Amino acid sequence: MQSNWSQDSAAETQGLTVEQAIANLQSPDLSLRYYAAWWLGKFRVNTPAAVEALIVALEDEADRTELGGYPLRRNAARALGKLGDTQAVPGLIRCLACDDYYVREAAAQSLGMLDAPTAIPALMELLTGGVEAAVAIPGRPHLTQPYDSVIEALGALQAKQAISLIQPFLEHPQAKVQYAATRAMYQLTQQDSYGQRLMQALEGNDLQLRRTALSDLGAIGYLPAREAIARCAVENSFKLLALKGLLEHQVKLHETLTQDAIQVMNLMDSLL
Amino acid sequence: MTEAQAQALIRAVEQADSAPRLVAAVKDLASAEVAAGISTLIAVLGYNNPTAAAAAVQGLIQIGSLAVQPLIAQLDDYNYGARAYAIRALAAIADPRALDILLASAATDFAPSVRRAAAKGLGALRWSELATNERSTVQTKALETLELIIKDADWSIRYAAVVGLQGLATTSELQIQDKFAQILATEKDAAVRSRVQLAQSQLFRTTSD
Repeated sequence: MQSNWSQDSAAETQGLTVEQAIANLQSPDLSLRYYAAWWLGKFRVNTPAAVEALIVALEDEADRTELGGYPLRRNAARALGKLGDTQAVPGLIRCLACDDYYVREAAAQSLGMLDAPTAIPALMELLTGGVEAAVAIPGRPHLTQPYDSVIEALGALQAKQAISLIQPFLEHPQAKVQYAATRAMYQLTQQDSYGQRLMQALEGNDLQLRRTALSDLGAIGYLPAREAIARCAVENSFKLLALKGLLEHQVKLHETLTQDAIQVMNLMDSLL
Repeated sequence: MTEAQAQALIRAVEQADSAPRLVAAVKDLASAEVAAGISTLIAVLGYNNPTAAAAAVQGLIQIGSLAVQPLIAQLDDYNYGARAYAIRALAAIADPRALDILLASAATDFAPSVRRAAAKGLGALRWSELATNERSTVQTKALETLELIIKDADWSIRYAAVVGLQGLATTSELQIQDKFAQILATEKDAAVRSRVQLAQSQLFRTTSD
């Protein structure tokens, strides 16, 4: 996880060098800052200098949108999740209190990816008020908090203390929030009914939601869904990614190749 | 089947005015396995209807070698979805005349779905249909392309390359078992590593019994 940065990735980084990208995070041209933060995450540049510069960018005040958003902070928070360096955790936890919804969303996702249990209390804080508070903000395309990302992160972080907070979100009116809660509840309780519920979502009418359910099943490594995933009416790339999640889960549980893992690979082969 | 019956099936596909009717008409035409329907089945690959496209691919695969030249000639340069279906059909038909298009698609297409289908196909061609003196040259070309894309940044391309290499180890005279050990030495992705191990176990099993 730690040293993804290699010469292989350098070959396709087109245009920027690592040094330039890090320097550009301080460029007077705000669009260069924004691009550099994205670029460092995209190419997994996890050198100490890159991580430090991105942590600094989490506090950026220069780059603002008309609605008061922080574009550079959003990209920096997203990038830090991909770099696997836990030095970013305190800064990302502070981002959970940012005024900008999208900064909070990016930070929650990255904290889940960074395996940062110290973030659990701050993440739980965002669920304050429960489902009643989880309503749409007038004039904005999002809810008061990034509930799906927060709940997914709590599931990934094995936050068993959050179970009673998360459970009510199974009934949230938005399907993607329900799915996030279902996925987290499976991770926290290992109860089959939650996996079954996501599996049934693969038969739904909405393509976006089928894709979401696929990615949830991949994230929880829910093996009984393998055939349903392969059959689902979604592009093969999404199915392959979900089956990859199942396969990796099997590899983590067992040292050798099990029959289950081989079956998952046979399904993946058929989707090439 | 008479010429008139075939034309009626083709018209039913061309005139279908709803998604369910299209799927039903394509299934009928596909299962008729008539050469006259090849061009229509290929056109269906570009209709952006995955169920109809899957049925058309099945039909083209069943028609087999007769569909190879039309599939190559009508390959859609502007629709990668259609292209992926066509390459899947060519890969499954496994006629070695598709070699050049599979090599180019695996190495240089921008769409991962196309590249994956081509990589898998490169391992599965029926080499025996080629002249003996030609065989090892083209197998080596297939191997070179798979070795090139096994270094791709996209895990799914590398996964498909492993599947292609396993196919090539089975269908060709090339000795490529060492390649799998080389891949394992550098591959970081758990899913791709697992696929290499599966290839190794299946190849070793075949050679030992």
